[in-house]
Amino acid sequence: MSAQGIGEPVRRKEDFRFLTGQGTYTDDMNRPGQLYAYILRSPHAHAELNGIDISKAQAGPGVEAIFSGKDMEADGVGGLPCGWLIHSKDGSPMNEPPHPPLAVGRVRHVGDSVAVIIAATREQAKDAAELIKVDYKELPAVVAVEDATKAGKPQLFDAAPNNLCYDWHLGDKAATEAAFAKAHHVTKIDLVNNRLVPNAMEPRSAIGEYDRATGLHTLYTTSQNPHVIRLLMGAFVLHLPEHKLRVVAPDVGGGFGSKIFHYAEEAIVTWAAAKIQKPVKWTSDRSEAFITDAHGRDHVTHAELAMDKDGKFLGLHVQTLANMGAYLSTFSSCVPTYLYATLLAGTYTTPAIYAEVKAIFTNTVPVDAYRGAGRPEATYVVERIVETAAREMGIDPAELRRRNFVPRDAYPYQTPVALQYDSGDYFETLDMALKASDYLGFPGRRDEAAKRGKIRGIGMATYIEACGIAPSAVVGSLGARAALYETAQVRVHPTGSVSVFTGSHQHGQGHETTFAQIVADKLGLTVDQVDIVHGDTDKIPFGLGTYGSRSLAVGGSALVMSLDKVIAKGKKIAAHLLEASEADIEFKDGKYTVAGTDKAKTFGEIAMTAYVPHNYPIEELEPGLDETSFYDPKNFTFPSGCHIAEVEIDPETGVVKLVNFTAADDFGRIVNPMIVEGQVHGGLAQGIGQALHEGCIYDRESGQLLTGSYMDYDMPRADDLPNFQVATNVTLCTHNPLGVKGCGEAGAIGAPAAVMNAITHALGIKDLLMPATPQRVWQAINPMRQAAE
Amino acid sequence: MYNFEYHEPSSLADALSAIGSAEDGKLMAGGMTLIPTLKQRLAQPSDIVDLAKIAELKGIKREGNSVVIGAMTRHGEVATSDVVKSAIPALADLAGNIGDPQVRNRGTIGGSICNNDPAADYPSAVVALGATVITNKRRIAGEDFFTGMFETALEPGEVVTAVSFPAPEKAAYMKFRNPASRYAIVGVFVAKTSGGVRVAVTGAGACVFRQNEMEAALEKSFTPDAIKGIEVSADGLNADIHAGADYRAHLIGVMAKRAIAACG
Repeated sequence: MSAQGIGEPVRRKEDFRFLTGQGTYTDDMNRPGQLYAYILRSPHAHAELNGIDISKAQAGPGVEAIFSGKDMEADGVGGLPCGWLIHSKDGSPMNEPPHPPLAVGRVRHVGDSVAVIIAATREQAKDAAELIKVDYKELPAVVAVEDATKAGKPQLFDAAPNNLCYDWHLGDKAATEAAFAKAHHVTKIDLVNNRLVPNAMEPRSAIGEYDRATGLHTLYTTSQNPHVIRLLMGAFVLHLPEHKLRVVAPDVGGGFGSKIFHYAEEAIVTWAAAKIQKPVKWTSDRSEAFITDAHGRDHVTHAELAMDKDGKFLGLHVQTLANMGAYLSTFSSCVPTYLYATLLAGTYTTPAIYAEVKAIFTNTVPVDAYRGAGRPEATYVVERIVETAAREMGIDPAELRRRNFVPRDAYPYQTPVALQYDSGDYFETLDMALKASDYLGFPGRRDEAAKRGKIRGIGMATYIEACGIAPSAVVGSLGARAALYETAQVRVHPTGSVSVFTGSHQHGQGHETTFAQIVADKLGLTVDQVDIVHGDTDKIPFGLGTYGSRSLAVGGSALVMSLDKVIAKGKKIAAHLLEASEADIEFKDGKYTVAGTDKAKTFGEIAMTAYVPHNYPIEELEPGLDETSFYDPKNFTFPSGCHIAEVEIDPETGVVKLVNFTAADDFGRIVNPMIVEGQVHGGLAQGIGQALHEGCIYDRESGQLLTGSYMDYDMPRADDLPNFQVATNVTLCTHNPLGVKGCGEAGAIGAPAAVMNAITHALGIKDLLMPATPQRVWQAINPMRQAAE
Repeated sequence: MYNFEYHEPSSLADALSAIGSAEDGKLMAGGMTLIPTLKQRLAQPSDIVDLAKIAELKGIKREGNSVVIGAMTRHGEVATSDVVKSAIPALADLAGNIGDPQVRNRGTIGGSICNNDPAADYPSAVVALGATVITNKRRIAGEDFFTGMFETALEPGEVVTAVSFPAPEKAAYMKFRNPASRYAIVGVFVAKTSGGVRVAVTGAGACVFRQNEMEAALEKSFTPDAIKGIEVSADGLNADIHAGADYRAHLIGVMAKRAIAACG
């Protein structure tokens, strides 16, 4: 056991370079002879693109080249692919309209890309862009899913009548109908899961480069999964073989899902660099990020919960309209289906569930996975309706949940919506949260607040999430067009230090520390003797990347497999050196010993022997100590938790103050508790942000983005948040070697429902839209006063 | 940002000469609005005349019962000035709650009032305290200085050099912030001065305005209860995604009440 091993709050190794401004982000990199790309974007939500006159712009100072969608089309460039095929109820495949990197014939959202201008400086490229004349014929736009499905509304694609991408379902309709038929009480609710803009601190950036001598294309990009980008862009868009395409994702400043996807700009700079034989860099500014980074959420849902007289859940019926935006982003199609409806059992034994999801195209930025991806939406539905049911039934919300939790002895528990939970203890986690939040002391605090003229409320949410995605064969059977294992190569150097090459990608998570702790723990090293290398397709054997809280559960498991292979090979070498039987060799604290003796060799000595095999079992064993593994998970992992929010509302202004927030989470085994706490804090900030602050608003007529900057899009700030009470309950994952479940998204999943349950509790109301802005809350308190919005 | 000629004069005279000979010049104080505008290519001045190096436009001094603040004095300097804190604590408080530390270390009182953003804080103090705006040409009563949305009484070639604030008997400022930008959705500055009670409202309308009905009520009784029955009309008030006109009207009453209470 190392002092820096599993379970220790080791300080983050990577923070020195980040906190001293020495990280290397894509925009920090510059290639010899590099030019700058600026993308001319549509100011219209929907318009025919009848012509692009570049004659004046081409003559602008410093301008090297200007390309439009037709130029890419002429070169045979393909559309941006969608990585998950969903089938509708009737068995038909989803409508998958083309998504050219630069628009051809029509633009479909404000920010849609129209042309790329490449010049010696960024300013010159912008100057030239202003000289381009685009002949737009404006078309009516539709931005809201409720509008888009109605007759006579604008149609985005001929191939997608009524703007429908798919009409999908999951679960047992007949069993659910039967459950409702025998219900004692049915709770009904209408919910909107508000659209969010991801807002990673580092805007996206991409540099394309082409080496004529070797025929090698290189893309430096802000990605959470460089191998996935290489595969998608190489195979589907630019038709480049993988041995001639290198994708590098260096330090990345936050992703939250928005940097999973293959974006047009990556293909544009890679293609253009080869075309003009010069490196081309594009970097988004913040305004551009608002109209090009894939957005999150945007569901409109009606749900009904059937219960018996004791509040036992009998059935759940959920109908959701999911906004896809103007095109299918890389994983957009799976978010409101297999990452959403499969979670509708929550932590409960609801025996019959039927979910119907219609995915709709609108004239808005494409919507895709954002921290939690489907699971926050599912949790919001389940936990808002459960809390509402408790109020309608007159049962304490904690008690109603207990009556319906999956029992402790029921694992593995098969839900009616495809998942099988391997482990958990929702009762204990709930109790931890109740205690930490002083739930029983709430009435006293409410009375004290009332004396100050404030209204207090308390609300909770439990959650379950499916992380560690995923068994490749399972997701393949559900329509995934990719595998979801992970790789790790452990290279032991001759003097015993270690480099790990992982397919996981870190963009804030702290892998360079956490993964090093696992190595330190297994091999008896310090974290400083271990380097974690990631983010370069030339260095890493392969990788599926980081999203869905999968790095430790999947990437960490691959790492353990490789470490076990290293240890096993070392045993053979030690047995030879110590003249003992391999079966008698033990490895502990960095030392191989012959059991029951003091004969020992250090890990360093074994490593040196592996590379200098003078005295070595060369007939049976190859030299070297370098092992690679591919880990394909056996199941998802199922982190769970209970979050409790307490709010105080100023009835005069409608301001909601979050006065207390408790998160009790079960992430399985914890490798670095400090990092886990940081991940929980970050997730909570985003979940609370969704509930109280962040709302992406489009003008319903013009399709213009009204919240296109921080002047109007309210990002939560530190002073909006209370000190969080964070506790962890540990039940181990049963099917991965570390027993870990994943912690990256939990805060964003549990918080919105907990906060909204607290606000509706305070006000004694059922419905309130997120974000609960002061104006909305004031209107809820004063229902007679209509706001002239 | 488009290219422009940059001037950094060290005297007001040099600044006036630079701006006078520029084709389409722009004076820059703290640049808190101008620089973002330039970065977004929403303005294309031929020349920028930066006033930052002009010593005569800076500083805070007490003159009799008034505090005179140079136009190029930063918000942070006003917020922490012992002179302002002792004579008009409400003004120091207002300055200390503008924007964030970066803005307070760059933004200036002159820049703020000349820009006359409807959501700016300073105009409410200038009007409520009965301040005088001093330019290179004349002295303008605060109330007459703000003429409309982003508009002032300044004439071409006229530059604000200082603002003179008479110390009130009591004063307080209450701001309800836009949740996103944190500019004032409604800011109410209440002052009890030798010339009477003044209630100036910013954020709610196109331009700062006085709430006469409240002023009359407070002349009779300077207590929060005095304005309880006053229903503020929503007519003509701003409305946006964050706050409708009726919500703003309501908030004027709430912020005024709280400002009166804060006056003590």
